[in-house]
Amino acid sequence: MSGFFASEFFHNYRRSASAIIGSILMAGFAFAVIAGPFLVAQNPYDIASLDLMDSYKPPVWQVGGDPRYWLGTDGQGRDVWASILYGARISVFIGLVAMIASCTIGTVLGLIAGFYGGILDSVIMRIADIQLSFPSILIALFLMSAVGTGVDKVLIALTAVGWVVYARTVRGSTLSEIRKEYVQAAKVAGLPNHKIIRKHVLPNVLTPLIVIATIQVGTFVLIEASLSFLGVGVPITQPSLGLLIKNGFDVLFSGLWWTSVFPGLAIMVLVFGINLFGDFLRDELNPRLK
Amino acid sequence: MTALLKVENLRTQFHTFSGVVKAVDGVSFEVGAGEIMGLVGESGGGKSVVGFSILGLIDSPGRIESGQILLDGEDLVTAGEARLRQIRGREISMVFQDPMTSLNPLHTVGRQMDEVLRLHTDLGPPARLQACIDMLESVGISRAAERLSAYPHQFSGGMRQRVVIAIALLARPRLIIADEPTTALDVTIQSQILALMRRQIAEKGASMILITHDLAVVSEMADHITVLYCGKVVERGATRDIIEAPSHPYTRGLIDSIPDPDHRAPRLRQIPGAVPDIRNLPLGCNFRDRCPRAQAICGQEEPELKQRHASLWSACHFPLQPGEVA
Repeated sequence: MSGFFASEFFHNYRRSASAIIGSILMAGFAFAVIAGPFLVAQNPYDIASLDLMDSYKPPVWQVGGDPRYWLGTDGQGRDVWASILYGARISVFIGLVAMIASCTIGTVLGLIAGFYGGILDSVIMRIADIQLSFPSILIALFLMSAVGTGVDKVLIALTAVGWVVYARTVRGSTLSEIRKEYVQAAKVAGLPNHKIIRKHVLPNVLTPLIVIATIQVGTFVLIEASLSFLGVGVPITQPSLGLLIKNGFDVLFSGLWWTSVFPGLAIMVLVFGINLFGDFLRDELNPRLK
Repeated sequence: MTALLKVENLRTQFHTFSGVVKAVDGVSFEVGAGEIMGLVGESGGGKSVVGFSILGLIDSPGRIESGQILLDGEDLVTAGEARLRQIRGREISMVFQDPMTSLNPLHTVGRQMDEVLRLHTDLGPPARLQACIDMLESVGISRAAERLSAYPHQFSGGMRQRVVIAIALLARPRLIIADEPTTALDVTIQSQILALMRRQIAEKGASMILITHDLAVVSEMADHITVLYCGKVVERGATRDIIEAPSHPYTRGLIDSIPDPDHRAPRLRQIPGAVPDIRNLPLGCNFRDRCPRAQAICGQEEPELKQRHASLWSACHFPLQPGEVA
């Protein structure tokens, strides 16, 4: 590890406020997501632990606040803080898994398109172009209305939306990599194509993907929240942060603002942290900015 | 001498939107066992395409239209991709021009060397490691065992080219195609690398096709020279005969373009004009617009490759005689 702490990357990291703030926010979220259920007394989805007498308690600093529920409760008497911790798990899970799936599929398709060219390239990239001409929320919305709701369906929709950026990036880098002589040299050495792609091209096109993947987790959390808010996302039994906002939104104008504002702030903090860190990575990993 | 590689009437063309590019047009030559054959010509003359044709690595829109490439009697043009993959790296390997890009920056040198051995030999890991160390040492890299775990960027350009040569020699190929192997290197490093290549070729009993635009390099290295112009062989013969008394005006021009320190001319000599557009070659001799000896017939009839004095064959209506200046 001494190698890492002595590296230029770590050196720049220590001097970048956005990187440090971003990673603190992300680390805080990671901790909340992993340890969350152990931090709160109430499991908001265990009906037995709910008490309707506690419904719509305001945050603790307002008149009528209950010290047990410092961010207040919703209409079922669920602790908003506990709901956020549980909801963040689902939001982050969806963001991460959809990112990994998009990244894998997009990278493979981009490599194939870039390496083999021809018809394969045309077909894959035209699909990508068509997709990019629609707003991603629209495609996701359309897919969700076709396949139905649920965490798995959200993952499918997000992956179908998200692979495009990877495919385009990877194809571009692949095209420039395969013109380099070491790829020719690998061909001359008699290496089969799949090995050339895996061992020589793939490792050389990965760097820009790290940045895209980081920022995309934030984007996916937002899209998922939008879908859930629109009622085509996750089911009521697995509420993400977006669904919490939706549930609270119904009573927002009755003055019961806390049920949707706090989950909204949670999303903001998460995405803000991811983007800050992603910005740092982009500056750090882009050789043209050095 | 028996020929290891015999290229017969090779035609490789690129079918582009703006027309058919006859990059290699009816080229024939032989490379004997243990021999170094220099393939010389200007940029765009089709030298590299010949190299890639031999390895069957002509990508679309290019295609080998006709001809034979016989490696020990086996025709590589009609061989399948599976057979070609066995031949690449094992029987024929290649050294590229730019050692800065011909090694993968993300893998250690040892791993890139090992890859070739894993692919083409049945050796176990310890034997492969030893083979890599031996080979690195024989190309003049000290502390070879340590250097195996180094990455390409930790080597200088000349050292990298030594590594590239080591990789090319690892599977003990019978033929090495060196495509401008010293063009990207310093002059001092150039001569080291050339000496190394010649020594290695002799030690391992391999043959080599040395592709270059640099006649000085070729005259030092090669046993035979084939001069290409616009995808055609314009002259071929033993190195000494060509250097001392070329019969084709183009070869003469190339030789005269080498600065001679003993007779300082006020200006460097050059061949006037530029290579014609290869998609749209003139009728007759391709060189006639730049040729000091061109006459009417050169614009009508394409000269055939004919034997001249000594070992020379050239394609010219008005070949130079020994001692004659262009």
